[in-house]
Amino acid sequence: MSRVLVGVKRVIDYAVKIRVKPDHSGVVTDGVKHSMNPFCEIAVEEAVKLKEKKFIKEVVAVSCGPTQVTETIRTALAMGCDRGIHVEVSGKDYEAMGPLQISKIFAALAKKEEASLVILGKQAIDDDCNQTGQMTAALLDWPQGTFASEVTIDGEKVKVVREIDGGLETIKISMPAVLTADLRLNTPRYATLPNIMKAKKKKIANMKPADLGVDEPPTRLAGVKVETVDDLVAKLKANGTI
Amino acid sequence: MANPLRREVRQLYKNLLYLGREYPQGADYFRERLNSAFMKNKYVTDPKEIRKLVDCGEDVIKELGTMYYLREYSIMKKRFYEEELLGLLNIGRPTD
Repeated sequence: MSRVLVGVKRVIDYAVKIRVKPDHSGVVTDGVKHSMNPFCEIAVEEAVKLKEKKFIKEVVAVSCGPTQVTETIRTALAMGCDRGIHVEVSGKDYEAMGPLQISKIFAALAKKEEASLVILGKQAIDDDCNQTGQMTAALLDWPQGTFASEVTIDGEKVKVVREIDGGLETIKISMPAVLTADLRLNTPRYATLPNIMKAKKKKIANMKPADLGVDEPPTRLAGVKVETVDDLVAKLKANGTI
Repeated sequence: MANPLRREVRQLYKNLLYLGREYPQGADYFRERLNSAFMKNKYVTDPKEIRKLVDCGEDVIKELGTMYYLREYSIMKKRFYEEELLGLLNIGRPTD
């Protein structure tokens, strides 16, 4: 039973002009248009295409964040995903969340849902981390096909054409695997009104990171400034880091 | 107007209105043009004619979807692949 997990992130819309808050504590997000990360759209499209070609049976859209991310999950459902999972994280925890916590959640879900593939966008346009896919693969000890511009399923293996600095690289990896989508992978379909209406009947399950055995992200400790490089080295040695 | 066609026309209007929310020149501009386009054909009664107009509307939906995609793709390409383009043109990166 082939199942694919697709991660989608709710970000400030790509066309919005970003404004910094007057107190410089961050970026204005209230009342600003949010939508699905463009690379996540491409990831969803690829998963739905694989289902249409009958390589997989079910596509599950997953998003982590406050209640608003259910809108993004609904868009993924309208694009053709079968059901959604909303991992609820809000407030300060959400602001402190980064690729490591997300990948822990995805790794736990991939195991729980017995997914054959986890498809993510290569990076989010708000943080440009480009880490979640790679970390998820590492946590699961699964092969990874990142920066995918072409994906073909060949029996138990996946052929991935990757966009790398020198050009294109073709690899063949076995499933289960993690893939991250690059811009040229496909053309995402637009979620039209009839599809959105149909998607309303699809289920979105709600859970907390704790339900998956993932801890809350640690609160960030204040940094320490030092005067010289020697001070830095001394502090790192005292710390046990080096 | 025959009943099933009436429903189709109404659904077409709703679908177009939904797509028009993201129109570059503004949702209101789109709505005005949409309304006048539908009003212009208000008194058409021949089902074949209505069918043709509805198909026309469906084509507009496809065009809008493609236009939105192209806009997003070109912005994303510029933002993330500028280095690639500069490399091809043998232009160095701008210094701060």
